[in-house]
Amino acid sequence: MLDAAPSQPLDPGPGTPTGSGRAMPRRRFLGLLVAAPTLAAAARLGLAGPASAVTPGSEGIGPSVEPADDYDLGDLLNEAAAPTSQLITVVVGTDGTISFALPRAEVGQGITTAIAMCIADEMDLRLDQVRITLADARPELVWNQLTGGSNTMHSMFTPVRVAAALAKQALLDVAAIELQSAVGQLQNREGVITAPSGASVTYGQLATKAAVPTTRTASVELKAPGSFSVIGTPQSRIDALDAVTGRKVFAMDVDVPGALPTMVCRPPTINGTVVAVRNAAAVLALPGVTDVAAIPTGVAVRAATFGQCIDAVDALDVVWGPGTEDAKSDADVEAELVANELPLAPAPPVTQVIDKRFTFCFVSNSPLETNSAVARVTETSAEIWSSLKSPITAQQDIALALGLPPTAVTCHVVQGGGSFGRHLFWDAAKEAALASKAFGYKPVRLMWHRTDDFRQGRAHPMATSRVRVQIANGEVVNLEQRHTSVSTDYSHGLGEILSAYATKVPGVNFLAYTSGLFYLTQTVPYRFVSTDQAINEIDTGFNTGSMRNVYSPDVCTAMELVVDQAAAALGQDPYDFRLGYAKDARTQAVLERVAAAGQWGRPLPAGVAQGIAVHSEYKGRCAVLAEIDTRPETVDRKIRDAYTGPRVTRVVLAVDVGLPINPRGLEAQMQGGIMDGIAKALTFSLHLQKGTFLEGSWDNAYYTRQWNVPPEVQVIVMPPTTSEPGGAGEFAVGPTMAAVACAYARATGTVPTKFPVNHDQPLGFAVIPTEPPLPESPTDVRPSGA
Amino acid sequence: MPVHTFTVNGEEVEVDCDDKVRLLWVLRDLLGIHGPKYGCGLDVCKACTSLLNGQKFNPCSIEVADIEPTDEVVTIEGLPATVGAALHPMQQAWLDHDVAQCGYCQPGQIMNAVALVHQVHAEGRSITEHDLDGIRNICRCGTYTRIREAILAGEAAMYPTVATGS
Repeated sequence: MLDAAPSQPLDPGPGTPTGSGRAMPRRRFLGLLVAAPTLAAAARLGLAGPASAVTPGSEGIGPSVEPADDYDLGDLLNEAAAPTSQLITVVVGTDGTISFALPRAEVGQGITTAIAMCIADEMDLRLDQVRITLADARPELVWNQLTGGSNTMHSMFTPVRVAAALAKQALLDVAAIELQSAVGQLQNREGVITAPSGASVTYGQLATKAAVPTTRTASVELKAPGSFSVIGTPQSRIDALDAVTGRKVFAMDVDVPGALPTMVCRPPTINGTVVAVRNAAAVLALPGVTDVAAIPTGVAVRAATFGQCIDAVDALDVVWGPGTEDAKSDADVEAELVANELPLAPAPPVTQVIDKRFTFCFVSNSPLETNSAVARVTETSAEIWSSLKSPITAQQDIALALGLPPTAVTCHVVQGGGSFGRHLFWDAAKEAALASKAFGYKPVRLMWHRTDDFRQGRAHPMATSRVRVQIANGEVVNLEQRHTSVSTDYSHGLGEILSAYATKVPGVNFLAYTSGLFYLTQTVPYRFVSTDQAINEIDTGFNTGSMRNVYSPDVCTAMELVVDQAAAALGQDPYDFRLGYAKDARTQAVLERVAAAGQWGRPLPAGVAQGIAVHSEYKGRCAVLAEIDTRPETVDRKIRDAYTGPRVTRVVLAVDVGLPINPRGLEAQMQGGIMDGIAKALTFSLHLQKGTFLEGSWDNAYYTRQWNVPPEVQVIVMPPTTSEPGGAGEFAVGPTMAAVACAYARATGTVPTKFPVNHDQPLGFAVIPTEPPLPESPTDVRPSGA
Repeated sequence: MPVHTFTVNGEEVEVDCDDKVRLLWVLRDLLGIHGPKYGCGLDVCKACTSLLNGQKFNPCSIEVADIEPTDEVVTIEGLPATVGAALHPMQQAWLDHDVAQCGYCQPGQIMNAVALVHQVHAEGRSITEHDLDGIRNICRCGTYTRIREAILAGEAAMYPTVATGS
């Protein structure tokens, strides 16, 4: 029934102008009307060929063209998702609302709002008439349920609109009969279809009548970009009211009877193992404690409250086996990376060479909501609630761990309290399932302690990035980059996608996931005569993952610092240099906007300076101008109990994502990325000491706080340049980090070679001991006078 | 186990619980009040910020035994009732500025903002940039810029007759 779908849109219709003024053919798409009690429609799309991925604005590229210029990670994920997207269904309810179970994870990035906007636009509805939920793990979707790579809008934009357009078309067809009118004469607004006679009928009244008894194909034309009414307009988040009233439900708020608080006593070093538990009976006798059991990652305890779990964890007497990295500290890993760097080609003697290596320290990808999951396991089944960005792989892995068939495991995707890469993995969900089983099949509400989330949770891998530029005859003739990183864990399913689709990527043959992902995401935004970027990854003993992107922020920062030096060597202004070498008009446009809005080159006192950087990824372009104040009076400003340091005083960012769906949501994502970029450049990292990360609190790991927020933040959303949305979630981090680094170099007169720049300064905090495993909560914070 | 009595969001509650359990777990695990979030349990991230007799405090860092029968605890769930409207002006300001992203920290941010505005005005002044710089609540999504804007808007709504000069 679902085979033999045409891979391309049907006959092109009349030309339609787009935002960039280019004539684009109108396209018809095939979809399905699905047999269901009420009207249900699904997109039916086949494989889009790589050729279709070339976006306007990227033509006319100069001599250096990386694979990611034409075909990038987003294209690959789209291709992997396309064969199954016909199974994604929009349902019309008898109450007139439209429901869609989104097979992606909402973790704050705003995709539920943006998807609702696409449906509302195509069906002429208000945003509040669309209900978006998150789909459970659906193994039949194969590769179409991975939330990552800033790819959700890029991959869902067309399928969800095709389904919505088909539903509307079916409703109009039935309405024409009901109202004895021609479809073309019907007016359609906010779910009410009105005939010229004035008679009307609602979507809700037609929901059952329009339902089809057997599934069949149908074709439909999508709205042209010029006639969008919701897409492209600023909209507030559809869950905003729940968020500000405390009603929004996260994993630990899910109502599952009997699921008592559960925590894990973890080893003192990374991936240490349980050898013996010496006092399980004594701990079991503590107030509130109901269960104690060893699981592969530690000793799980279950109690009436999390407070009693913490006390039980600290009361446990556990004999620990060694971890996987007990001998290593930061300097050891850094030396290992340098030793394993891929070689550069010999430089011809005639060229002037700039050759720099930068080190990027481990960074925690922990969200504010720590790893958490609810699990209810029985001898024959398991039910999990957690924020899962790879729920299918999670379901399979948890089933394997429990000795159950995957079909016996249900994974409910709950909204996440942030992710930043963390929720690509299901560490808490697996532990919860194993603990539930180990406790004799009792439901558990498992949550990681904050200190564990930093110390044993996943981290962005440490990396070095060496950049060499060769200059001859007054121009840059070559840029080479050798990125060397602690291994990134791709076992969340992206690895399977990459290996399955590796042969389909034009121009690249990669043997490993790592190099595949690197080549699919990294590109040089400049038109140098030749460029060459390569990666090597080593050491698999750490628990790693992406942190709002895997490579880009580090690769971009290293490159942009060297680009500034190349400009200086040629006696050129950094902005003029970038503009001159920019690969295309879209790159130039974002640079021009930030330079103008940020007053590039304005006079500033000594110790205050600007930096500018640009990045190309996710079918988009992003430029950032940052201003930093490194004067002593600013560095040492007095904020109670704050770790201050240099302050970024102004950030101006311009982003071109092709077609912005929700400019307000996009601006929010850019602001968040700016805060991450500042943190990664200046303060935010983990210190590794003999197999233990020293940070154990938000007052140790210096993510941006209000005292480091720039007083001036301006986000410029560029008008549409293409007819499809690119990615946004991670986009701002790289160019912001790079611009801050360049500004810092200019303000201090020293080019930093390690990030964050404060990493080798004396620790700004007292290290929380690893024994007892968890710090006790304070007891004396009653406000004076309360 | 000892019985503890106090008022939460206008309702008198009675919980049977070990003395040293921190109030956050009494609220979340025993009373099912989920607005205050766990982000650290160390009085650092401020995600659980609520009000104790009108002043901001962090329930993760106070033992339930230290809560007196006369104490009134207000969490985000109880905030609207304090002004008799559907939403507190600070919540409305949060909506107007579309502050939230994942939303996990926002109940604590809003409770902190309400307390901060009241505290500053009790000192006979308005919110300054320095006040905003001093806010400790973590937002890992990085909504800080909108939080600052919303606090100033919320302040203007809470104290409409006072000129805000920051």
